[in-house]
Amino acid sequence: MLDAILSPVGFISLVLFFGVGAIGALMFRKNDEFANVWSSFFAVAGSLWGVLFALLALNAAYPLLLSFGVNTFPLFSVSLTVDKLSAFFIFVISAIALFCSIYGYGYVKHYYGKYSIGTLGFFYNLFIIGMLLVVTASNAIFFLIAWEIMSVASYFLVVYDRNEQENVKAGFLYLVMTHVGTAFIIAAFLLLFKYTGSFDFEAVKSGALLIPASVKDVIFVLSLIGFGTKAGIIPFHIWLHGAHPAAPSHVSGLMSGVMIKTGIYMMIRIFLDLLQPVPTWWGPVVMIVGSVSALLGVLYALTEHDIKRLLAYHSIENIGIILLGLGSALTFSSLNLPSLALLGLVAALFHTLNHATFKSLLFLSAGSVINGTHTRNMEEYGGLIKYMPYTALFFLVGSMAISALPPFNGFFSEWLTFQALFQGMKSLDLFTKWTFIGSAGALAFTGGLALECFVKAFGATFLARPRSAEARHAKESSLSLKFGMGALAAMALLFGIFSGYVTSILNRIGLDFGFTSSFVSSTPEQSLAAGGFSIVSGPAFFILLAAVVLAVVFAVKFLVNRNQKVRVGATWDCGVDLTPRMEITSTGFARSIILIFKGILKPSIQREIEYRDADSRYLPISRKITLKVNDMYRTYFYAPLSGLVSFVSERAKYIQSGNINAYILYILVALLASLYLVK
Amino acid sequence: MESIFWAIQLVMVPVMSPLGVGIIRKIKAKLQNRRGASVFQPYKDLWKLLHKDEVLSSDASWIFKVAPYIIFAVTIVVGLSVPLFASFLQNTFTGDMLMVVYALAIGTFFLALAGIDTGGAFGGFGSSREMTVSALAEGGLIFALLTVAFRSGTTNLFAISNAAILNTGYSFLPVILSFFGFFIVLLAETARFPFDNPATHLELTMIHEAMILEYSGKRLALIEWASANKLFIFAALGANLFFPFGIAHDAQLGSIAFGVAFFFIKLSVIYIAIAILESSIAKYRFFRLPDLLLVSFVLNVVAVAFLI
Amino acid sequence: MFLKIFSISKKTKQVDPSDCKQADLIDIGEKIQSKINKLYKGSIAIRQVDAGSDNACEQELVALSNAYYDIERFGIHFVASPKHADVLLVTGPVTRNMAEAVKRAYQATPAPKLVVTVGDDAADGGIFMNSYAVQDGVNAVIPVDYHIPGDPPSPQTILCHFLKMLEMLEGKKQAK
Repeated sequence: MLDAILSPVGFISLVLFFGVGAIGALMFRKNDEFANVWSSFFAVAGSLWGVLFALLALNAAYPLLLSFGVNTFPLFSVSLTVDKLSAFFIFVISAIALFCSIYGYGYVKHYYGKYSIGTLGFFYNLFIIGMLLVVTASNAIFFLIAWEIMSVASYFLVVYDRNEQENVKAGFLYLVMTHVGTAFIIAAFLLLFKYTGSFDFEAVKSGALLIPASVKDVIFVLSLIGFGTKAGIIPFHIWLHGAHPAAPSHVSGLMSGVMIKTGIYMMIRIFLDLLQPVPTWWGPVVMIVGSVSALLGVLYALTEHDIKRLLAYHSIENIGIILLGLGSALTFSSLNLPSLALLGLVAALFHTLNHATFKSLLFLSAGSVINGTHTRNMEEYGGLIKYMPYTALFFLVGSMAISALPPFNGFFSEWLTFQALFQGMKSLDLFTKWTFIGSAGALAFTGGLALECFVKAFGATFLARPRSAEARHAKESSLSLKFGMGALAAMALLFGIFSGYVTSILNRIGLDFGFTSSFVSSTPEQSLAAGGFSIVSGPAFFILLAAVVLAVVFAVKFLVNRNQKVRVGATWDCGVDLTPRMEITSTGFARSIILIFKGILKPSIQREIEYRDADSRYLPISRKITLKVNDMYRTYFYAPLSGLVSFVSERAKYIQSGNINAYILYILVALLASLYLVK
Repeated sequence: MESIFWAIQLVMVPVMSPLGVGIIRKIKAKLQNRRGASVFQPYKDLWKLLHKDEVLSSDASWIFKVAPYIIFAVTIVVGLSVPLFASFLQNTFTGDMLMVVYALAIGTFFLALAGIDTGGAFGGFGSSREMTVSALAEGGLIFALLTVAFRSGTTNLFAISNAAILNTGYSFLPVILSFFGFFIVLLAETARFPFDNPATHLELTMIHEAMILEYSGKRLALIEWASANKLFIFAALGANLFFPFGIAHDAQLGSIAFGVAFFFIKLSVIYIAIAILESSIAKYRFFRLPDLLLVSFVLNVVAVAFLI
Repeated sequence: MFLKIFSISKKTKQVDPSDCKQADLIDIGEKIQSKINKLYKGSIAIRQVDAGSDNACEQELVALSNAYYDIERFGIHFVASPKHADVLLVTGPVTRNMAEAVKRAYQATPAPKLVVTVGDDAADGGIFMNSYAVQDGVNAVIPVDYHIPGDPPSPQTILCHFLKMLEMLEGKKQAK
């Protein structure tokens, strides 16, 4: 039976589950509830099937190959390869889609009557199909078709809530940026075709030696920009912080947790698989891009007071961390150190899995909060832990995981990334060595700043007292939302405790790339051992910490403090009534760090004061301080660029004179030119 | 046999840490020409607090109630993961340098959340400052520990203190440089001068104290004890990783006794240095602190670059 | 200079402490310390509340922490929040604006607690008695356990009365 699942039929049925879900949702769109049930059911069923399929494929000895229509078109064929790397990404997509779909069933209910649920279900399932095909495609044209399906479906999901003008603008920017990236990708594939003669990945891989080194470098830069735009590296990230918040929350979780990883997947595929062997300077460049994205991502996250924009910037930061692992893998493979290269690759893949888990968890919790309070502005939250205790608990787990606190999963993937960087610091080349040192410094600071950002996010949202009437009337979410969040939280903890097991599975993915031995291994007691340099154990830490906490609680509460009473009183307020205005706000919390980094962030402060008497200006009625950070990239990079494009197109329109004689002249000139060139 | 040593290691941190705080206060008092409280005063303070009632704010959630236990438990777990008097003990589970750094970050995380939880005016900005200082100190801390890790070829803290001491001049200079960087981070993480004044009453100047203004009774005792533990752990790291002279390498009674004695001597030197520093300089203005932390980071990066 | 870290303390003199003005400081100190050790497990935390005083008593209280009187050596220290405190030391005649604040400080202090008033104003309003702006003494607002007279009392008087208060508490405890 298992053989039947891991077969072309199995994969097609995987796609069919989502396909039926999509078409059925569209067909039954007149009935909101039925469309919701239909699309959620098929999404959940498809995800379960996908998880099973992926687990089997990870254990398989040979990659699964599917292709249709090789002989119908000369360059295009529907060919798919499910090797271990693709299987891993199918697992990530399916697992996250599973819980997002369960969550989505309950979440979408507040769109009933406002928008068409059937179209939401259609595009949601189409989006997942697109992602599945992207990670398994092995023909470049088929890949581009799947890429487009994924991008366009996600565009429609981003602009789903179209009554908000800013959502529509964010969606448009997303569409433009993703197509700019696709243009770079097409250019890269065309160059590959020119020198290897085929669009099939297998043929490209065997023909990689025919590509001259300078062209390889150009392909590297084009792919980095193209896939980096999808992944969200700085400075191509300007769409991310608009698009992810605009989409419905279960889609945000899927986009931020999974879709941006498809860019990472293709980078791994092209750099580590297709274009081998690579020059030594590629790895450090990827690492520099990763360090910059990580640091700037977390700094911009600290400036945000919209909860979903904050989480979107954290996605940029974590993509930076994944790129650090990927860059170190590239460096080591170009230096012929396969076991260390596998260490870097395992670090990148583990962080991909972990980030997908905790980022979607955080987005789902944020969606639950937004559902309850009807606002995304963190300055209006407060005290929600009393009204939404489960959401608070799951957000806390997500915060601890993303800040790399043991025993959650984020710690172990950052540990692996650190190990890869530590090993690289011993390299002989000066440029490479300082890149590794700089990246390790960036990673260290990123960890600390992310911790600060999540203290701010969790504290401003859930702790202290409610700052607005909506927060005071918030209610806990329904069961399907709690189940989706809770399952992801449990996954975050389990992947951390069983990190040894996960690492041993990830090590096997290296077989795809010819890496047979790994620097990092897992011991029988589930510890992670990095080749004699470091060793750490997830289960031991968890058990030890839990045991000590219980022992301390027992000792203090029941032995030492038995006779003492606990009285509930008021917060010490120095005799003045405490209002919710006196709590720390999220902007106030981050003010110190924004001012410390004001050279990079360039904040602007606006003060508006209203006085009782405008002439004497002694007693203010109200004082409002707006601390803003402008989007530097739009002002200094994209705005001039788009200005240039507009300028050129203004001038170019003079060709269209409307005079038919001029057009006949153009045709004659073009004919003569092409005859000359063909000769 | 080893379990006896582990038992001693387990209790050494909570039992000896208030004495360390008492020594610092006594030295500061003597330098101010006072007699000061006895060195065992912190024990009496903790004992009294553990036997007092508590007043909990009605705005506080379960995080406020649970945080002191977690913070204290984390310091105990880290106490088991750092070398104190014996380097032959092996902790391949939690003795990794990165795990120790991030485990201490768990404590900082919950303390900062507890500061925000009650919704008072002081706790919030105390948390903000504490997290800013802690975020910027992590770079320096990781690189300081990395220097000694590269020197001994492993990041397991027990194994680092067990490594043969290479007293050649070439590797001694990076260790001294990174010790200075580490010392700056020690002062930052344990809320000592010039980062924070642990004895201040002015809320606007508080960093660590501001977050615990709402605690009382047994929870306050646990948090004060945890912060004394943290100081002890950092001093132990400084003493044993950078200057592992005299630490017990085998389980003989003589070397154990020697190890314990040398450990206390090294710790006393560090505590006396902290006390003299606190009596000599003033607390820095908050926005000068990032410069200091960046200095620590740069010192440590230079030390690492020297070694590899 | 650093050798004074290791210097040994001076010896005590014997004197009769019944009259607070003549009593020798060191002798009071020894007795306070032993009483605190017995009754309060060796440490007392004091929170000082200024209920509208003229700051004369505050200056004397600040002098208690200087190098001459050094109240810290008895295990007494001043804390920043009433939640950390065992003893509330209230000065001033409790102005109307501070009445609520004093009550809240009292409620925020965890049991077992003591309220000690310092200075004549805190007893019955002192020189501000019958003014429209004061409540005429702290015991109009919160229950007071002990009163230290003086306007302002010198640090020596404060310490001596502290001793008397501790003796009174010891007597109460033995009577129970």
